[in-house]
Amino acid sequence: MSPIAEGLAQAFSLIVRGDPGLLRVIWLSLWATGIATTVAMVVGVPTGVFLALRRFPGRNLFVTFVNAGMGIPPVVVGLLVFLLLARSGPLGGLDLLYTPTAIIVAQVIIATPQVIGVTIAGIQGLDERLVLQIVSLGAGRAQLYLKLVREARVAVLAALAAGFGAIISEVGAVMMVGGNIQGQTRVMTSAIVLETRQGNFAMAIALSIVLLVIALVINGAFTWLQQRRPR
Amino acid sequence: MVAGAVVAAGVLAACDAKSEAQPLILATTTSTQDSGLLDVLLPRFAAAHKVQVKVIAVGTGEALAMGARGDADVLVVHARAAEDEFMAKGNGSLRLDVMYNDFLLLGPATDPAKVKGLDPVAALKRIAESGSTFVSRGDRSGTHEKELDLWQAAEVTPAGKPWYLSAGQGMGETARIATEKRGYMLADRATWLTLKQGLELVPLGEGDKRLFNPYGVIVVNQRKLPKVRGEAATAFARWLVSAETQKLIGEFGVDRFGQRLFVPDARPGPAPAAPAAP
Repeated sequence: MSPIAEGLAQAFSLIVRGDPGLLRVIWLSLWATGIATTVAMVVGVPTGVFLALRRFPGRNLFVTFVNAGMGIPPVVVGLLVFLLLARSGPLGGLDLLYTPTAIIVAQVIIATPQVIGVTIAGIQGLDERLVLQIVSLGAGRAQLYLKLVREARVAVLAALAAGFGAIISEVGAVMMVGGNIQGQTRVMTSAIVLETRQGNFAMAIALSIVLLVIALVINGAFTWLQQRRPR
Repeated sequence: MVAGAVVAAGVLAACDAKSEAQPLILATTTSTQDSGLLDVLLPRFAAAHKVQVKVIAVGTGEALAMGARGDADVLVVHARAAEDEFMAKGNGSLRLDVMYNDFLLLGPATDPAKVKGLDPVAALKRIAESGSTFVSRGDRSGTHEKELDLWQAAEVTPAGKPWYLSAGQGMGETARIATEKRGYMLADRATWLTLKQGLELVPLGEGDKRLFNPYGVIVVNQRKLPKVRGEAATAFARWLVSAETQKLIGEFGVDRFGQRLFVPDARPGPAPAAPAAP
Protein backbone atom coordinates (compact mmCIF):
# COMPACT_ATOMS: atom_id res chain seq x y z
CA MET A 1 0.00 0.00 0.00
CA SER A 2 1.30 3.46 -0.82
CA PRO A 3 2.18 5.78 2.08
CA ILE A 4 -0.77 8.01 1.21
CA ALA A 5 -3.32 5.17 1.18
CA GLU A 6 -1.79 3.71 4.32
CA GLY A 7 -1.87 7.11 6.02
CA LEU A 8 -5.49 7.63 5.01
CA ALA A 9 -6.52 4.21 6.32
CA GLN A 10 -4.76 4.76 9.64
CA ALA A 11 -6.15 8.30 9.83
CA PHE A 12 -9.73 7.05 9.54
CA SER A 13 -9.00 4.44 12.17
CA LEU A 14 -7.73 7.17 14.52
CA ILE A 15 -10.84 9.26 13.92
CA VAL A 16 -13.28 6.35 14.28
CA ARG A 17 -11.57 5.10 17.46
CA GLY A 18 -11.65 8.62 18.88
CA ASP A 19 -7.92 8.62 19.68
CA PRO A 20 -7.49 10.60 22.94
CA GLY A 21 -4.49 12.56 21.63
CA LEU A 22 -6.45 13.52 18.54
CA LEU A 23 -9.53 14.55 20.54
CA ARG A 24 -7.46 16.65 22.93
CA VAL A 25 -5.88 18.62 20.07
CA ILE A 26 -9.27 19.11 18.38
CA TRP A 27 -10.87 20.25 21.62
CA LEU A 28 -8.08 22.77 22.34
CA SER A 29 -8.39 24.18 18.83
CA LEU A 30 -12.14 24.58 19.00
CA TRP A 31 -12.02 25.97 22.52
CA ALA A 32 -9.41 28.66 21.76
CA THR A 33 -10.87 29.55 18.37
CA GLY A 34 -14.41 29.62 19.78
CA ILE A 35 -13.48 32.04 22.55
CA ALA A 36 -11.41 34.19 20.20
CA THR A 37 -14.23 34.36 17.63
CA THR A 38 -16.72 35.28 20.36
CA VAL A 39 -14.49 38.08 21.64
CA ALA A 40 -13.88 39.28 18.07
CA MET A 41 -17.67 39.32 17.54
CA VAL A 42 -18.45 41.19 20.75
CA VAL A 43 -15.80 43.79 19.98
CA GLY A 44 -15.94 43.79 16.21
CA VAL A 45 -19.65 43.90 15.30
CA PRO A 46 -20.58 46.99 17.40
CA THR A 47 -17.37 48.70 16.29
CA GLY A 48 -18.17 47.91 12.69
CA VAL A 49 -21.73 49.23 12.98
CA PHE A 50 -20.50 52.36 14.76
CA LEU A 51 -17.85 53.05 12.12
CA ALA A 52 -20.38 52.46 9.35
CA LEU A 53 -22.92 54.94 10.72
CA ARG A 54 -21.06 57.66 12.56
CA ARG A 55 -18.84 60.38 11.23
CA PHE A 56 -16.17 61.75 13.57
CA PRO A 57 -12.66 63.18 13.27
CA GLY A 58 -10.13 60.42 12.67
CA ARG A 59 -12.75 58.00 11.42
CA ASN A 60 -11.11 57.52 8.05
CA LEU A 61 -7.79 56.84 9.71
CA PHE A 62 -9.47 54.27 11.95
CA VAL A 63 -11.12 52.56 8.99
CA THR A 64 -7.79 52.55 7.19
CA PHE A 65 -6.22 50.79 10.15
CA VAL A 66 -9.04 48.24 10.16
CA ASN A 67 -8.57 47.53 6.48
CA ALA A 68 -4.82 47.23 6.94
CA GLY A 69 -5.47 44.96 9.91
CA MET A 70 -7.49 42.65 7.69
CA GLY A 71 -4.37 42.01 5.69
CA ILE A 72 -1.84 41.87 8.49
CA PRO A 73 0.31 38.73 8.28
CA PRO A 74 -0.53 36.51 11.28
CA VAL A 75 3.16 35.92 12.00
CA VAL A 76 3.56 39.65 12.60
CA VAL A 77 0.73 39.44 15.14
CA GLY A 78 2.54 36.44 16.60
CA LEU A 79 5.75 38.43 16.96
CA LEU A 80 3.91 41.37 18.51
CA VAL A 81 2.13 39.20 21.09
CA PHE A 82 5.36 37.30 21.75
CA LEU A 83 7.28 40.50 22.48
CA LEU A 84 4.49 41.86 24.68
CA LEU A 85 4.04 38.71 26.73
CA ALA A 86 7.65 37.44 26.99
CA ARG A 87 9.05 37.69 30.48
CA SER A 88 11.36 40.45 29.33
CA GLY A 89 8.43 42.27 27.68
CA PRO A 90 6.05 44.92 29.08
CA LEU A 91 3.40 42.35 30.08
CA GLY A 92 5.91 39.70 31.14
CA GLY A 93 4.71 39.75 34.73
CA LEU A 94 1.46 38.08 33.67
CA ASP A 95 3.28 34.84 32.75
CA LEU A 96 1.01 34.39 29.76
CA LEU A 97 3.44 33.40 27.01
CA TYR A 98 3.07 29.73 25.97
CA THR A 99 -0.41 29.46 27.45
CA PRO A 100 -3.79 29.02 25.70
CA THR A 101 -4.55 32.61 26.71
CA ALA A 102 -1.63 33.83 24.59
CA ILE A 103 -3.07 31.91 21.63
CA ILE A 104 -6.49 33.47 22.18
CA VAL A 105 -4.96 36.97 22.42
CA ALA A 106 -3.18 36.51 19.09
CA GLN A 107 -6.30 35.05 17.48
CA VAL A 108 -8.46 37.95 18.69
CA ILE A 109 -6.00 40.42 17.18
CA ILE A 110 -6.07 38.54 13.88
CA ALA A 111 -9.85 38.02 13.74
CA THR A 112 -11.21 41.34 15.02
CA PRO A 113 -10.21 43.48 12.02
CA GLN A 114 -11.81 40.86 9.75
CA VAL A 115 -15.07 41.11 11.68
CA ILE A 116 -15.02 44.92 11.82
CA GLY A 117 -14.14 45.30 8.14
CA VAL A 118 -16.79 42.96 6.79
CA THR A 119 -19.42 44.43 9.18
CA ILE A 120 -18.70 47.97 7.96
CA ALA A 121 -19.12 46.86 4.38
CA GLY A 122 -22.37 45.06 5.20
CA ILE A 123 -23.97 47.93 7.11
CA GLN A 124 -22.92 50.51 4.54
CA GLY A 125 -24.42 48.30 1.88
CA LEU A 126 -27.88 48.73 3.41
CA ASP A 127 -30.29 51.25 1.94
CA GLU A 128 -29.66 54.60 3.64
CA ARG A 129 -33.37 55.26 3.83
CA LEU A 130 -33.66 52.28 6.15
CA VAL A 131 -31.80 54.16 8.89
CA LEU A 132 -34.08 57.19 8.52
CA GLN A 133 -37.12 54.94 8.58
CA ILE A 134 -36.06 53.13 11.74
CA VAL A 135 -35.17 56.38 13.50
CA SER A 136 -38.45 58.00 12.45
CA LEU A 137 -40.29 55.09 14.05
CA GLY A 138 -38.81 56.26 17.36
CA ALA A 139 -36.04 53.71 17.83
CA GLY A 140 -33.20 54.51 20.25
CA ARG A 141 -29.62 54.05 19.21
CA ALA A 142 -29.37 50.52 20.66
CA GLN A 143 -32.56 49.48 18.90
CA LEU A 144 -31.31 51.01 15.67
CA TYR A 145 -28.01 49.13 15.85
CA LEU A 146 -29.74 45.87 16.67
CA LYS A 147 -32.18 46.27 13.81
CA LEU A 148 -29.41 47.13 11.35
CA VAL A 149 -27.38 44.10 12.39
CA ARG A 150 -30.47 41.95 11.80
CA GLU A 151 -30.96 43.53 8.41
CA ALA A 152 -27.29 43.05 7.56
CA ARG A 153 -27.07 39.59 9.09
CA VAL A 154 -25.81 38.05 5.88
CA ALA A 155 -22.78 40.29 5.98
CA VAL A 156 -22.34 40.02 9.76
CA LEU A 157 -22.36 36.23 9.60
CA ALA A 158 -19.91 36.39 6.73
CA ALA A 159 -17.76 38.58 8.98
CA LEU A 160 -17.82 35.95 11.73
CA ALA A 161 -17.08 33.17 9.24
CA ALA A 162 -14.13 35.19 7.92
CA GLY A 163 -12.77 35.74 11.42
CA PHE A 164 -13.23 32.12 12.42
CA GLY A 165 -11.70 30.84 9.20
CA ALA A 166 -8.69 33.11 9.57
CA ILE A 167 -7.78 31.75 12.99
CA ILE A 168 -8.75 28.06 12.95
CA SER A 169 -6.39 27.58 10.00
CA GLU A 170 -3.58 29.77 11.30
CA VAL A 171 -0.31 28.15 12.35
CA GLY A 172 2.55 30.68 12.55
CA ALA A 173 1.32 32.93 15.33
CA VAL A 174 -0.17 30.02 17.25
CA MET A 175 3.19 28.25 17.33
CA MET A 176 5.12 31.39 18.25
CA VAL A 177 2.98 32.38 21.23
CA GLY A 178 1.60 28.98 22.19
CA GLY A 179 4.77 26.92 21.88
CA ASN A 180 2.98 23.80 20.62
CA ILE A 181 3.06 22.23 24.11
CA GLN A 182 1.35 18.85 24.14
CA GLY A 183 -2.01 18.92 25.90
CA GLN A 184 -1.80 22.65 26.58
CA THR A 185 -1.17 24.70 23.48
CA ARG A 186 -0.92 22.09 20.74
CA VAL A 187 -3.74 22.85 18.36
CA MET A 188 -4.70 21.17 15.10
CA THR A 189 -2.52 23.24 12.79
CA SER A 190 0.64 23.10 14.91
CA ALA A 191 0.09 19.37 15.51
CA ILE A 192 -0.12 18.80 11.75
CA VAL A 193 3.25 20.55 11.32
CA LEU A 194 4.86 18.46 14.06
CA GLU A 195 3.43 15.11 12.98
CA THR A 196 4.43 15.72 9.37
CA ARG A 197 7.98 16.61 10.40
CA GLN A 198 8.21 13.37 12.36
CA GLY A 199 6.78 11.32 9.53
CA ASN A 200 3.58 10.43 11.45
CA PHE A 201 1.47 10.97 8.36
CA ALA A 202 -1.55 9.08 9.73
CA MET A 203 -2.01 11.55 12.59
CA ALA A 204 -1.30 14.50 10.28
CA ILE A 205 -3.87 13.29 7.75
CA ALA A 206 -6.44 12.57 10.47
CA LEU A 207 -6.05 16.10 11.84
CA SER A 208 -6.26 17.58 8.36
CA ILE A 209 -9.48 15.72 7.64
CA VAL A 210 -11.00 16.90 10.92
CA LEU A 211 -9.86 20.46 10.26
CA LEU A 212 -11.46 20.41 6.81
CA VAL A 213 -14.69 18.93 8.18
CA ILE A 214 -14.86 21.54 10.95
CA ALA A 215 -14.31 24.35 8.44
CA LEU A 216 -17.07 22.89 6.24
CA VAL A 217 -19.52 22.42 9.12
CA ILE A 218 -18.95 25.88 10.59
CA ASN A 219 -19.24 27.58 7.21
CA GLY A 220 -22.28 25.43 6.46
CA ALA A 221 -23.89 26.61 9.69
CA PHE A 222 -23.13 30.24 8.91
CA THR A 223 -24.54 29.82 5.43
CA TRP A 224 -27.68 28.20 6.82
CA LEU A 225 -28.16 31.09 9.27
CA GLN A 226 -27.63 33.57 6.46
CA GLN A 227 -30.03 31.97 4.07
CA ARG A 228 -32.80 30.54 6.21
CA ARG A 229 -35.18 33.50 5.90
CA PRO A 230 -34.61 34.88 2.46
CA ARG A 231 -36.07 38.29 2.00
CA MET B 1 22.88 26.69 4.38
CA VAL B 2 26.25 25.69 5.70
CA ALA B 3 25.49 22.14 4.64
CA GLY B 4 24.57 23.30 1.16
CA ALA B 5 27.67 25.43 0.92
CA VAL B 6 29.93 22.59 1.97
CA VAL B 7 28.27 20.15 -0.40
CA ALA B 8 28.53 22.71 -3.19
CA ALA B 9 32.15 23.35 -2.31
CA GLY B 10 32.75 19.61 -2.23
CA VAL B 11 31.14 19.17 -5.63
CA LEU B 12 33.12 22.03 -7.15
CA ALA B 13 36.30 20.78 -5.61
CA ALA B 14 35.48 17.29 -6.85
CA CYS B 15 35.12 18.59 -10.41
CA ASP B 16 38.50 20.29 -10.15
CA ALA B 17 40.09 17.18 -8.82
CA LYS B 18 38.41 14.66 -11.06
CA SER B 19 41.63 13.78 -12.75
CA GLU B 20 42.93 12.70 -9.37
CA ALA B 21 40.06 10.83 -7.80
CA GLN B 22 36.35 10.65 -7.20
CA PRO B 23 35.25 12.40 -4.02
CA LEU B 24 34.87 10.40 -0.87
CA ILE B 25 31.26 10.45 0.37
CA LEU B 26 30.91 11.11 4.07
CA ALA B 27 27.46 10.59 5.58
CA THR B 28 27.20 12.26 8.95
CA THR B 29 24.83 13.86 11.40
CA THR B 30 23.60 17.41 11.15
CA SER B 31 25.26 18.19 14.50
CA THR B 32 28.82 17.75 13.22
CA GLN B 33 27.91 19.71 10.12
CA ASP B 34 26.02 22.58 11.79
CA SER B 35 28.71 23.12 14.41
CA GLY B 36 31.17 23.96 11.64
CA LEU B 37 33.63 21.28 12.74
CA LEU B 38 33.76 19.66 9.31
CA ASP B 39 34.54 23.00 7.68
CA VAL B 40 37.71 23.05 9.75
CA LEU B 41 38.70 19.39 9.32
CA LEU B 42 37.88 18.49 5.75
CA PRO B 43 40.06 20.99 3.85
CA ARG B 44 43.06 19.77 5.83
CA PHE B 45 42.31 16.15 4.99
CA ALA B 46 41.79 17.08 1.33
CA ALA B 47 45.13 18.87 1.26
CA ALA B 48 47.01 16.08 2.98
CA HIS B 49 45.55 13.16 1.04
CA LYS B 50 44.53 14.71 -2.29
CA VAL B 51 41.01 13.36 -1.82
CA GLN B 52 37.96 15.58 -1.71
CA VAL B 53 35.23 14.72 0.78
CA LYS B 54 31.60 15.23 -0.12
CA VAL B 55 29.42 15.60 2.98
CA ILE B 56 25.85 14.39 3.21
CA ALA B 57 24.40 15.66 6.49
CA VAL B 58 21.45 13.55 7.63
CA GLY B 59 20.23 11.91 10.82
CA THR B 60 22.26 9.08 12.31
CA GLY B 61 19.70 6.49 11.22
CA GLU B 62 19.73 7.70 7.64
CA ALA B 63 23.54 7.86 7.58
CA LEU B 64 23.74 4.21 8.65
CA ALA B 65 21.14 3.27 6.02
CA MET B 66 23.22 5.04 3.36
CA GLY B 67 26.23 3.05 4.48
CA ALA B 68 24.34 -0.23 4.36
CA ARG B 69 23.30 0.52 0.77
CA GLY B 70 26.84 1.47 -0.21
CA ASP B 71 25.74 5.06 -0.96
CA ALA B 72 28.40 6.43 1.37
CA ASP B 73 32.02 5.45 1.86
CA VAL B 74 32.51 6.55 5.43
CA LEU B 75 30.17 7.52 8.28
CA VAL B 76 30.54 9.75 11.33
CA VAL B 77 27.55 9.02 13.57
CA HIS B 78 26.44 8.88 17.19
CA ALA B 79 24.28 5.90 18.08
CA ARG B 80 26.46 3.26 19.69
CA ALA B 81 23.89 0.44 19.71
CA ALA B 82 22.99 0.99 16.05
CA GLU B 83 26.67 1.29 15.13
CA ASP B 84 27.46 -2.04 16.77
CA GLU B 85 24.59 -3.66 14.91
CA PHE B 86 25.87 -2.17 11.65
CA MET B 87 29.28 -3.73 12.31
CA ALA B 88 27.79 -7.06 13.36
CA LYS B 89 26.00 -7.29 10.02
CA GLY B 90 29.34 -6.95 8.25
CA ASN B 91 28.43 -3.57 6.72
CA GLY B 92 31.54 -1.91 8.09
CA SER B 93 35.18 -2.88 7.92
CA LEU B 94 36.45 -0.56 10.66
CA ARG B 95 34.90 1.39 13.53
CA LEU B 96 36.82 3.82 15.72
CA ASP B 97 35.82 6.15 18.54
CA VAL B 98 36.45 9.74 17.49
CA MET B 99 35.07 12.20 20.00
CA TYR B 100 32.09 13.04 22.11
CA ASN B 101 30.05 16.08 22.81
CA ASP B 102 27.89 16.33 25.88
CA PHE B 103 24.53 17.41 27.14
CA LEU B 104 23.80 19.77 30.00
CA LEU B 105 20.88 19.90 32.37
CA LEU B 106 19.68 23.49 32.26
CA GLY B 107 17.27 25.20 34.58
CA PRO B 108 16.33 28.47 36.25
CA ALA B 109 18.97 30.03 38.49
CA THR B 110 16.58 29.65 41.45
CA ASP B 111 16.79 25.85 40.95
CA PRO B 112 13.44 25.08 42.63
CA ALA B 113 14.05 21.31 42.67
CA LYS B 114 17.56 21.74 44.14
CA VAL B 115 19.32 19.62 41.53
CA LYS B 116 22.57 21.57 41.14
CA GLY B 117 25.54 19.24 41.24
CA LEU B 118 23.47 16.04 41.31
CA ASP B 119 24.10 13.34 38.74
CA PRO B 120 21.57 13.53 35.88
CA VAL B 121 19.48 10.56 36.98
CA ALA B 122 19.16 11.76 40.58
CA ALA B 123 18.40 15.25 39.25
CA LEU B 124 15.53 14.01 37.09
CA LYS B 125 14.14 12.02 40.02
CA ARG B 126 14.24 15.17 42.14
CA ILE B 127 12.52 17.19 39.41
CA ALA B 128 9.77 14.58 39.17
CA GLU B 129 9.31 14.34 42.94
CA SER B 130 9.07 18.09 43.35
CA GLY B 131 6.80 18.39 40.31
CA SER B 132 9.05 21.10 38.84
CA THR B 133 8.45 22.04 35.22
CA PHE B 134 10.53 20.12 32.68
CA VAL B 135 10.41 21.04 29.00
CA SER B 136 11.08 18.22 26.58
CA ARG B 137 11.99 18.51 22.91
CA GLY B 138 9.35 15.85 22.30
CA ASP B 139 10.36 15.55 18.64
CA ARG B 140 12.23 12.21 18.62
CA SER B 141 15.53 13.95 17.99
CA GLY B 142 18.80 12.59 19.36
CA THR B 143 18.49 14.92 22.33
CA HIS B 144 14.95 13.71 22.98
CA GLU B 145 16.10 10.07 22.84
CA LYS B 146 18.87 10.87 25.31
CA GLU B 147 16.38 12.51 27.64
CA LEU B 148 14.07 9.48 27.46
CA ASP B 149 16.98 7.16 28.31
CA LEU B 150 17.71 9.26 31.38
CA TRP B 151 14.07 9.21 32.51
CA GLN B 152 14.09 5.46 32.12
CA ALA B 153 17.23 5.23 34.25
CA ALA B 154 15.48 7.43 36.83
CA GLU B 155 12.48 5.06 36.75
CA VAL B 156 10.12 7.94 36.04
CA THR B 157 7.43 7.98 33.36
CA PRO B 158 7.09 11.70 32.69
CA ALA B 159 4.64 11.52 29.78
CA GLY B 160 1.27 13.03 30.67
CA LYS B 161 2.44 14.54 33.96
CA PRO B 162 1.25 18.12 34.43
CA TRP B 163 4.80 19.36 35.06
CA TYR B 164 6.19 17.71 31.90
CA LEU B 165 5.83 19.91 28.82
CA SER B 166 6.40 18.28 25.46
CA ALA B 167 7.24 21.09 23.05
CA GLY B 168 7.59 19.13 19.84
CA GLN B 169 10.01 21.76 18.55
CA GLY B 170 13.70 22.41 18.05
CA MET B 171 16.27 23.28 20.69
CA GLY B 172 15.86 27.04 20.35
CA GLU B 173 12.10 27.04 20.85
CA THR B 174 12.36 24.52 23.67
CA ALA B 175 14.92 26.68 25.47
CA ARG B 176 12.67 29.70 25.04
CA ILE B 177 9.75 27.82 26.58
CA ALA B 178 11.96 26.62 29.46
CA THR B 179 12.97 30.23 30.13
CA GLU B 180 9.38 31.46 30.16
CA LYS B 181 8.06 28.58 32.25
CA ARG B 182 11.08 28.56 34.58
CA GLY B 183 11.57 24.93 33.71
CA TYR B 184 14.41 22.44 33.36
CA MET B 185 15.59 20.98 30.08
CA LEU B 186 18.34 18.96 28.43
CA ALA B 187 20.46 20.69 25.78
CA ASP B 188 23.61 19.82 23.89
CA ARG B 189 26.60 22.00 24.67
CA ALA B 190 27.06 23.47 21.20
CA THR B 191 23.44 24.64 20.99
CA TRP B 192 23.55 25.96 24.54
CA LEU B 193 26.67 28.02 23.86
CA THR B 194 25.13 29.41 20.70
CA LEU B 195 21.76 30.29 22.25
CA LYS B 196 22.51 31.21 25.84
CA GLN B 197 22.31 34.96 25.35
CA GLY B 198 18.75 36.01 26.06
CA LEU B 199 17.86 32.85 27.94
CA GLU B 200 17.33 32.89 31.68
CA LEU B 201 18.76 29.42 32.13
CA VAL B 202 21.92 28.19 33.84
CA PRO B 203 23.75 24.86 33.61
CA LEU B 204 22.88 22.80 36.69
CA GLY B 205 24.35 19.45 35.74
CA GLU B 206 27.19 18.55 33.39
CA GLY B 207 30.24 16.33 33.07
CA ASP B 208 28.53 13.05 34.01
CA LYS B 209 29.32 10.13 31.72
CA ARG B 210 25.61 9.53 31.18
CA LEU B 211 25.40 12.96 29.50
CA PHE B 212 28.06 12.10 26.93
CA ASN B 213 27.22 11.63 23.29
CA PRO B 214 29.99 9.61 21.64
CA TYR B 215 30.70 9.81 17.91
CA GLY B 216 32.31 7.01 15.97
CA VAL B 217 33.71 6.78 12.46
CA ILE B 218 32.82 3.72 10.39
CA VAL B 219 34.43 2.64 7.13
CA VAL B 220 31.84 0.95 4.95
CA ASN B 221 32.89 -2.60 4.05
CA GLN B 222 34.21 -2.67 0.50
CA ARG B 223 34.20 -6.47 0.40
CA LYS B 224 30.41 -6.44 0.90
CA LEU B 225 29.69 -3.26 -1.07
CA PRO B 226 32.22 -3.15 -3.92
CA LYS B 227 31.51 0.41 -5.06
CA VAL B 228 32.83 1.75 -1.78
CA ARG B 229 36.18 3.49 -1.90
CA GLY B 230 37.58 1.51 0.96
CA GLU B 231 41.18 2.65 0.81
CA ALA B 232 40.47 6.38 0.91
CA ALA B 233 37.71 5.83 3.50
CA THR B 234 40.12 3.95 5.76
CA ALA B 235 42.68 6.70 5.33
CA PHE B 236 40.05 9.24 6.39
CA ALA B 237 39.07 7.24 9.48
CA ARG B 238 42.71 6.82 10.51
CA TRP B 239 43.32 10.50 9.89
CA LEU B 240 40.37 11.46 12.16
CA VAL B 241 41.87 9.57 15.09
CA SER B 242 45.45 10.72 14.46
CA ALA B 243 47.00 12.78 17.23
CA GLU B 244 47.10 15.90 15.04
CA THR B 245 43.41 15.77 14.06
CA GLN B 246 42.37 14.90 17.59
CA LYS B 247 44.12 18.07 18.71
CA LEU B 248 42.18 20.08 16.10
CA ILE B 249 38.91 18.58 17.37
CA GLY B 250 39.78 19.46 20.95
CA GLU B 251 40.57 23.04 20.02
CA PHE B 252 37.50 23.56 17.86
CA GLY B 253 35.13 26.21 19.23
CA VAL B 254 37.51 27.56 21.86
CA ASP B 255 38.10 30.77 19.91
CA ARG B 256 34.37 31.39 19.51
CA PHE B 257 32.91 30.11 22.78
CA GLY B 258 35.85 30.03 25.16
CA GLN B 259 35.44 26.29 25.53
CA ARG B 260 35.57 23.23 23.34
CA LEU B 261 32.46 21.72 21.80
CA PHE B 262 33.81 18.22 21.16
CA VAL B 263 36.15 16.20 23.31
CA PRO B 264 38.58 14.03 21.34
CA ASP B 265 38.11 10.44 22.38
CA ALA B 266 40.24 8.26 20.10
CA ARG B 267 42.18 5.32 21.52
CA PRO B 268 45.11 4.98 21.59
CA GLY B 269 45.88 8.62 22.01
CA PRO B 270 45.25 11.32 24.55
CA ALA B 271 43.15 10.00 27.43
CA PRO B 272 39.54 11.20 27.34
CA ALA B 273 39.11 14.17 29.62
CA ALA B 274 36.01 15.62 31.20
CA PRO B 275 34.42 18.41 29.18
CA ALA B 276 35.78 21.84 29.94
CA ALA B 277 33.97 23.71 32.67
CA PRO B 278 32.16 26.82 31.47
